[in-house]
Amino acid sequence: MAVATRPAPAAAEDKELLISGSEAVAEALTLADIDVVTAYPIRPYDTVMQAIAKKIANGQLVAEYIVAEGEHSQFEIVKHASTVGARVFCGSSGVGWAYAMECLVVTPPLRVPMIALVGNRALDDPGAFGVEHNDALFVRDLGWLLCWIDTSQEALDTTLIAYRVAEDRRVFLPLAISADGAFLTHSQALTLVPPKEKVDRFLPRYNRGDLLLHPDNPITVAPQANEDWVIEIRRQNNEAMARAYTVIEEAYAEFRRVFGRGPENPWFEEYMTEDAEVILVGMGTISLPIKVAIREMRAKGRKVGLVRLRWFRPFPTDRLVAALSGAQALGVIDRDYSFGSPFGSGVVANEIRAALYNAARRPPLLSFICGLGGREVTLEDVYKATEMCYGAAKAGKSDPKTHWLGVRE
Amino acid sequence: MAESTTFTNATQILEPFRGVKKVTLEEYFTSGHRTCQGCESALVMKLMVKAAGPRTIVLGSTGCMYVANTTYYTTPWVVPWMHTQLGSSGSAALGTAAGLKALMRKGKMKAEPINVIAFCGDGGGADMGVGAISATLTHKEYNSLILLYDNESYANTDIQLSGMTPFGAHTTFSPPGKAKRIIHTRWKKNMAGMMAAGHPECRYVATVCASYAVEMMNKVRRALTIGGPTFIHSLDPCPKGWDYDPMLSHELGELAIETGIFPLYEVEDGGVKYYGKTKALVEGRARKPVREYLLKQGRFAHFTEEDLEYFQKKVDEMWEKWEIPAVVPFRRLEATKAALEVK
Repeated sequence: MAVATRPAPAAAEDKELLISGSEAVAEALTLADIDVVTAYPIRPYDTVMQAIAKKIANGQLVAEYIVAEGEHSQFEIVKHASTVGARVFCGSSGVGWAYAMECLVVTPPLRVPMIALVGNRALDDPGAFGVEHNDALFVRDLGWLLCWIDTSQEALDTTLIAYRVAEDRRVFLPLAISADGAFLTHSQALTLVPPKEKVDRFLPRYNRGDLLLHPDNPITVAPQANEDWVIEIRRQNNEAMARAYTVIEEAYAEFRRVFGRGPENPWFEEYMTEDAEVILVGMGTISLPIKVAIREMRAKGRKVGLVRLRWFRPFPTDRLVAALSGAQALGVIDRDYSFGSPFGSGVVANEIRAALYNAARRPPLLSFICGLGGREVTLEDVYKATEMCYGAAKAGKSDPKTHWLGVRE
Repeated sequence: MAESTTFTNATQILEPFRGVKKVTLEEYFTSGHRTCQGCESALVMKLMVKAAGPRTIVLGSTGCMYVANTTYYTTPWVVPWMHTQLGSSGSAALGTAAGLKALMRKGKMKAEPINVIAFCGDGGGADMGVGAISATLTHKEYNSLILLYDNESYANTDIQLSGMTPFGAHTTFSPPGKAKRIIHTRWKKNMAGMMAAGHPECRYVATVCASYAVEMMNKVRRALTIGGPTFIHSLDPCPKGWDYDPMLSHELGELAIETGIFPLYEVEDGGVKYYGKTKALVEGRARKPVREYLLKQGRFAHFTEEDLEYFQKKVDEMWEKWEIPAVVPFRRLEATKAALEVK
């Protein structure tokens, strides 16, 4: 049971900086020595590009830095740079991510290991800067690896891990790191920045091998294939995604070995779950109000825990079932929506329902939607969800309908 | 192979071919494609990459020259080739050039000038992709050539009109009918002129036609040699889309130029230079009437005298009223002329 969330003590050679989630990603990109980066403005992810631009202006990072004329080009430029062997970075938020959609679709079958930061933001209309997870979730079925981070430290560490995982030839898929807009992209925390030598030990050079587009390797990439081959290519994508389970486990183990910190369980954080009767599940910075509420409730005798999902694709089905199926009730709090879905539930709730379907023991599961558009998730919201979960635990079953929390009637 | 001296924009020095007998024999676009009989765009591909040579990467945006050219297992491309999205020729050129440049200047790849060419059709280039091409033409530190092969319709998807389809042409999106003879009433975009006028740091823009193959190849070689982002617009007669006997492809290309509908010129560092038969037109040779060109094509079979006259009038304007004939459609007002001449 992991309780402590403060970072491990700094190794002598680490620097400790007070930086935001976006700035932490930029620190990692500098350490990873990226070659090509493309920017286009949209809040809140664009703070990472501002940080990178400063790094380049100050000579801390040598990379081609291109301000594109839209997100479609932004993603297409790095896609092509990656095919000639460059380590690349990109990112967006909300409708910007949607504008890039065509170029997001093609990267997995092209086996382009680009890393993107999604600063989660509500989709238009109406205009809103605040967090919702629907933007990043656009790519959940397409072959993108997809994870959610919670702190500046996790932002830095996950960025380094992301390159190692995505550029592993067993995977060779794009990877999106999702960071809650404002709550993480713009919030500063003390963060350990490791020295370059350590990063070099952890992160090998990007080697595109026989997929390199170069006159010395004159291949034709993405010819017209039609029904002759498309289904085989889709299956190859699926197999690469399946291999990512092993590669992610290996990368976190190696990260711990080299840097002396990082989680034992890559897939999700467990907070006070060991003896928990009710386990709440969420992704991203929602963990903070939930953890505070859990401490308050535990002081009053309620044994509540949290599972904060880090990896959504690939989905840690087996480990999650093992972690959740012992509880008396589960409450999944989605910061997203899926209109017309089974029971009108959010995406995470229905994924977990599906994961539990074959489990020997299936606790009652309640589905909540909360905090859309950047609305704060309050302690009251968490208390209310928890009490409803206790009700379901007592009844031994749950009404599958979805509950919206903190909404004006 | 010679190389220019500065690294930042180092290019291959590709001297012009002095006549057809001096053209290299090696082909880099060979058998395997399945384009139509008489397809000029396929010829453009072949000449383009022959002119560029083996140290070249080609990016192809969606269109005929993707779908009909690169069936899996039968690619005709001898040089490395990659698909890019319909509106992405500009981004593909920029990303490839930036990737190579980053790796070379950081010592992660052997430094050498590698040609980067991205091609697009008229739909991908002049409609959907014009924004990305425009952006790329402002990035002067990356060497690339964007070649627009213009067969004047979305010819791969069943001949639908594009922003480059001529006035009045019959396409599947503009069929002549009893109530409306002309559905497509827009005049064609002036792509090369727009690219040259709008991007003052783009050092080279040219128009070409494969009916004049050696000149066409030399424009490609000039574009690649001069460096930075460059743009070439090629007019490609299309038997399927224009509805004519495939044996007439070359002749129609010639007629497009002789009628003045499509001018041949290059703009190098801002200087406009007409060449080939267009130069003769500028110097006073009479333009052939547009009807000689239009009436050889089924897509204009519904034209009445009125339509032919309108078309002729618009082409006459290009030559008689534009500030730079057939290149830049601005006109100086009398007052402006006076102001400019005061000095």
